[in-house]
Amino acid sequence: MSATPLNTPDVARLVMSRARWRFSEIVFWIAALATIFLVPSRHLILTEIAILGLFALSLDLILGYAGIISLGQAAFFGFGAYCAGLLATHQLVTEPVLALALAGAATAALGFVTSFLVLRGSDLTRIMVTLGIALILRELANRFDGLTGGADGLQGVTIEPLFGLFRFDMFGHTAYAYSLAVLFVLFLLARRIVNSPFGLSLRAVKGNPLRASAVGISVNGRMVAIYTIAAGYAGVAGALLTQTAQFASLDMFSFERSADVLLMLIIGGTGYLYGGIIGALIFKLMQDWLASMTPQYWQFWIGLVLVAIVIIGRERLEQLRGAIRKRILRLRPQKHAA
Amino acid sequence: MLTILFDGIAYGMLLFVLACGLAVTLGLMNFVNLAHGAFAMTGGYAAFIAVNRFGVPFLLGLPIAFLASALLGIILERTLYVHVYRKSHLDQVLFSIGLVFMAVAAVDYIMGSSQVFIDVPDYLKGQFNVFGVGIGKYRLLIIVICGLLTAALQFVLSYTRFGSRLRASVDDARVARGLGINVNAVFAATFAVGSGLAGLGGALGVEILGLDPYFPLKFMIYFLIVVTVGGTSSITGPFVASTLLGVADVAGKYYVPKLGTFAIYTVMIVVLIWRPQGLFARGSAK
Repeated sequence: MSATPLNTPDVARLVMSRARWRFSEIVFWIAALATIFLVPSRHLILTEIAILGLFALSLDLILGYAGIISLGQAAFFGFGAYCAGLLATHQLVTEPVLALALAGAATAALGFVTSFLVLRGSDLTRIMVTLGIALILRELANRFDGLTGGADGLQGVTIEPLFGLFRFDMFGHTAYAYSLAVLFVLFLLARRIVNSPFGLSLRAVKGNPLRASAVGISVNGRMVAIYTIAAGYAGVAGALLTQTAQFASLDMFSFERSADVLLMLIIGGTGYLYGGIIGALIFKLMQDWLASMTPQYWQFWIGLVLVAIVIIGRERLEQLRGAIRKRILRLRPQKHAA
Repeated sequence: MLTILFDGIAYGMLLFVLACGLAVTLGLMNFVNLAHGAFAMTGGYAAFIAVNRFGVPFLLGLPIAFLASALLGIILERTLYVHVYRKSHLDQVLFSIGLVFMAVAAVDYIMGSSQVFIDVPDYLKGQFNVFGVGIGKYRLLIIVICGLLTAALQFVLSYTRFGSRLRASVDDARVARGLGINVNAVFAATFAVGSGLAGLGGALGVEILGLDPYFPLKFMIYFLIVVTVGGTSSITGPFVASTLLGVADVAGKYYVPKLGTFAIYTVMIVVLIWRPQGLFARGSAK
C-alpha cells in the first residue's frame, strides 16, 4: 500500500512518535520485572494476573483496534487451554514453550476459520455468533469426555521443566516468571502490530469501514487478520493457564469468563494495549478483596461496577485515565520532552 | 411422536412469552438487553414466594408474577435503562451483563442457590389421552395462556392506539415526539409489559425449565436466539422462531440426546450468517 505523496514525512513522523517508547512504559515493565524479586509470596495471584492480562490484551486487539464486540473470547481461551492440556497429557510435545506456541497456532487457525462468521452483520449478530461459538466449543468439550474429561476437567496434566531446567514449583515462582515473559514478548509483538501501517489501517476500519474501503483498505481482510491474531493470543493465554495450573476445565469456555475479560478491558480502557493488563490487575485485586469479604457474592459487586461504569460513562473514565497518565508523564525527565 | 410435538409446542410457546418482551426492547428499540432473563427470574421467584410461602392459589400466582416483574421493570427502566438507550451497543452489553451478575448474586443471597419448585395444584398434574396422544394438563395450560397472550399482543400492536404509537415511536422517535406522542412514556410502558410477560413466563416455566439463581444466564442465549432468528419486524417472527426452537429442542433431546444443545447453536449461527436480519424479516428497514 503506497502512502499518499502529500506530506508523507509528517505522517511518518506521527507514526514514529506514536511508536516511540515512553518513559512511563519503561517504568511499567521494570516494575513488572521487579515483582518477580520483590513479592515472591504473591506469585500465584500475579501469575493469574499476567495470564488474564494477556487474555484481555487479545480482546483489546479486536475490540479496541477493530471495534468487534465479542462475547465469546473464552472460546479461544478454552480451546488453547485444552490444546496445551492434551499435548501434555498425551506426551505429544513435552517442551512447554513449544507446546505453548503450538496451542497458540492451533487456536489462531480456529480463529481464522471462525473469523468469516463475524464479518457479516451488526453488533448484535456478532455478539450472538461469538457467544454461540463459545457455547458450541464448550458443548463439544463436554460431549467428548473420553478425550477432555468432560465435566470433571482435564486431569493429570504434568508439565515438564521449562527448557528442561526450571521445574514448575508449587509456589509459582517459575510459573510467574514464565507467564510474565510470555506476556512481555507477546505484548512487544502486539505493540509492533498496532503501530505498523497494518495497525493504522485497522484503526481506519474501526473508525469508518466504508471510508476505509474507499481509500483502498480491504476491510474484510483486516478483520480476518486481526481476529486470527487475537484468537491466537487468547489461545496462548489459555494454554498458559493450563500449564501453570496443570489443569483444564469446562469453565474456561464459560460466558462468565468472556464477560469478566470484557470488564477487565473496560476498567483498564481500550485501544492502548496496557488497558487489558492494568484492568486485569485491578480486576483480580478487586475480586480477591471482595471474595475475602463476601466469599459467595462477590459477583454482585462486579456487576455493580459494570453498571456504574456505564451509567457514569466510559468517556469520563477515559478522561480520568488521561489525567492520571498525564501526571505520570510529567514525571519523566525533561530532556526527553524536547 | 405427537406427544413430543405437543410438548415442543408448549415449550416453544413458553419461550415466546419469555422472549417477546425482549423482541420489543432488542428488536424495536434496538437495545441489547442481556438482562431480560433477570425479569423472568423475578417473576418465577415472586410466584414461588406467593404460592409456597403464602398459600396463594397457583393461578393467582401468575398475575402476581406479572405485576412483580412489571414493577421491577418500570423502576429499572425509569432509573437506569433510560440513561443507556442512547449509548453504544458495547455499553448496553456491559450494563446488562452487570445487571445479570447483580441479579444472580442477589437472588442467591436472598433465596439460596438451590433449585426451587412451585406447588402445582392437583388438577394441573397428570395427563390425558386424546386419540392416543398424551397431553399433559400443565402443558395444555401453558399453550392456552400463551396462545391467548399472543393473540392479545398481536391485537394490541396492530389495532389499538397504543400499538400505533409504539410503532411510530420506534420507527422515528423524533417525528413521533413532534406529533405529540410521549415517546418516553410509551417506551416505559412497553418495557414494563415486556418485563411483566417475562415474569409471567418465568412463573409458568418453573415447572418445565426449573428455577435457580442462574436462570438468567442459562436461558439468555435462548431468548436471544428467539429474537435474532425470528427477526424483529413483527411479533409473528419470534413466535414462529420460538415454536420451532421449542419443538427442535424437545425432539432433539428426545431422539439424539448425545447431540445435546449443540445442534441448536449450530442452527442459530447458520441462520445468522445466512440471514443476519433474521428468518422472517421484511428486509432491513433501517
